[in-house]
Amino acid sequence: MEVLTPEASVKSFYDFLKERKIMGTKCKKCGEIYLPPRPLCPKCVDSELEWVELEGRGKLVAFTSISVAPTHMLEAGHTRDNPYVFGLIELDSGPTVSALILGVDAKKPENIEVGTRMTVEFVERDDRVLLGFKPA
Amino acid sequence: MGKLARGVALIGAGMSKFGAFPDKTSRELFVEAFIDARNSVDNGIDNKDIEAMFLGNFSSDLFEGQVHTGPIMADWVGLVPKPVTRTEGACASSGIAIRCGVMAIASGLHDVVCVAGVEKMTNLPTSRVTDTLGAASDVEYEFPVGATFPGLYATIATAHMKKYGTTIRQLRTIGIKNHDNGKLNPKAQFPLSIRDLMEKRIKKLKEKGEEAPSWRDEFDFLEDPRANPVVAWPLRLYDCSPITDGAAVLFLAAEEVARKYTDTPIHIIGSGQGSVQLALHDRADITTILAAREAAKMAYRMAGVGPEDIQVAEVHDCFTIAEIVATEDLGFFKPGEGGKAAEEGVTARDGEKPINTSGGLKSKGHPVGASGAGQAVEIWKQLRGEAGKRQVPDVEIGLTHNVGGTGGTCAVHIYRR
Repeated sequence: MEVLTPEASVKSFYDFLKERKIMGTKCKKCGEIYLPPRPLCPKCVDSELEWVELEGRGKLVAFTSISVAPTHMLEAGHTRDNPYVFGLIELDSGPTVSALILGVDAKKPENIEVGTRMTVEFVERDDRVLLGFKPA
Repeated sequence: MGKLARGVALIGAGMSKFGAFPDKTSRELFVEAFIDARNSVDNGIDNKDIEAMFLGNFSSDLFEGQVHTGPIMADWVGLVPKPVTRTEGACASSGIAIRCGVMAIASGLHDVVCVAGVEKMTNLPTSRVTDTLGAASDVEYEFPVGATFPGLYATIATAHMKKYGTTIRQLRTIGIKNHDNGKLNPKAQFPLSIRDLMEKRIKKLKEKGEEAPSWRDEFDFLEDPRANPVVAWPLRLYDCSPITDGAAVLFLAAEEVARKYTDTPIHIIGSGQGSVQLALHDRADITTILAAREAAKMAYRMAGVGPEDIQVAEVHDCFTIAEIVATEDLGFFKPGEGGKAAEEGVTARDGEKPINTSGGLKSKGHPVGASGAGQAVEIWKQLRGEAGKRQVPDVEIGLTHNVGGTGGTCAVHIYRR
């Protein structure tokens, strides 16, 4: 098994986000791009992949505005009267990712539209950098 | 491939009352369900006949701080030193326990087994329950950016609404229907219709001397944020199954010994299970659950029946949108038509395709690891004509559809009288 440098791992995904880079892996056989990065292409069952940097542009494909938050989001200030938006972004380069959705009114989710063009906005949270997207 | 080497039948099925029981642990709930199941075996069953147990349990680890739950349950009902195996597939934990029981009997390894599920959820505050259920999503990539279980199903809902025009009113219809059914189930956590809940609230406000809102009907009541707050838009409180304590127990036997226990065994004629990528973002299409389609295909093929032959079904309505997706994945309706069918009354108790006559997870309650076995209890009752006021007349073929998490695991079983 060929091992990438750095390894395609959860750790490297978040390490790259700290550098403000969205890095995925691409299967050399079928060309499929994986984000989050994977060490093995489940379609080819092959481990020949390479790192690719992806542009933080895409569209909103589904979302929700969450009023009942888990502990870590409560600690970030998202009590019942301060909801936040979670959504799926399909990047122009192909893969879809889960992200915090920013720059929209979480209290008026009926005004948020699936299909909206989005651009990346990295979010610093505790000792991590997370993927956020806002309307382009 | 895809066939059982010998037939398997349900010879008994029972459950504890579902609800919130601050003074009970898994053990007491399990004993209650075991006794109820034992009482359902027409000719009685002796513990010495039960050769093994498969126990579905999602997370006694996080809910009660207790790992290694299997031997405790076996011991509490006198099955020690028989083998007990715990199965985990989030909310499908006991659905896959049924399949393990079927495999154990069909293979010839055992003649009679106990299949069960148990979950004690209400010890924790809501935020910690949200964390624990969130642990069944992708904790590396979904959970850190704020995903919750209601949130992920709400995400599925917005995709379904966009693709097919499914409406919020259709979501609310599912909740109203399932509460109408659950009202007739004495074991349900909330045996009340939405109208009952509305009237109860009006009465309470009046007693307090406050002015009660003049809700036109259930739908109007369900759109009022004071009565029905948003959990994860577009899902509100009454779109979500409750947090529940409960247990369910089944006895499975090889066909050749089943008649020793009952003249009316319920044959398990189809069993299927599937998987799909855990994270929604890794799936090709989130308006359908591939694991459910796969499990259904497998179960229908084994049973030699199709969706049109199913007369009563318990499907995994952990959220109202989940029932819409389920009825499409099972082939009862075309993709995108599940909401419309519910709105037209097709899935009502007196409709062409009665769904969740027990009240579903919505009204009956959703003790996650026990829900799959709980569904089989309802089908056992319906096919034997023992469902009381919620009985659907003359049903011979039933189905259970039990989903884990947002669909990473799904088990489907088909039953015939």
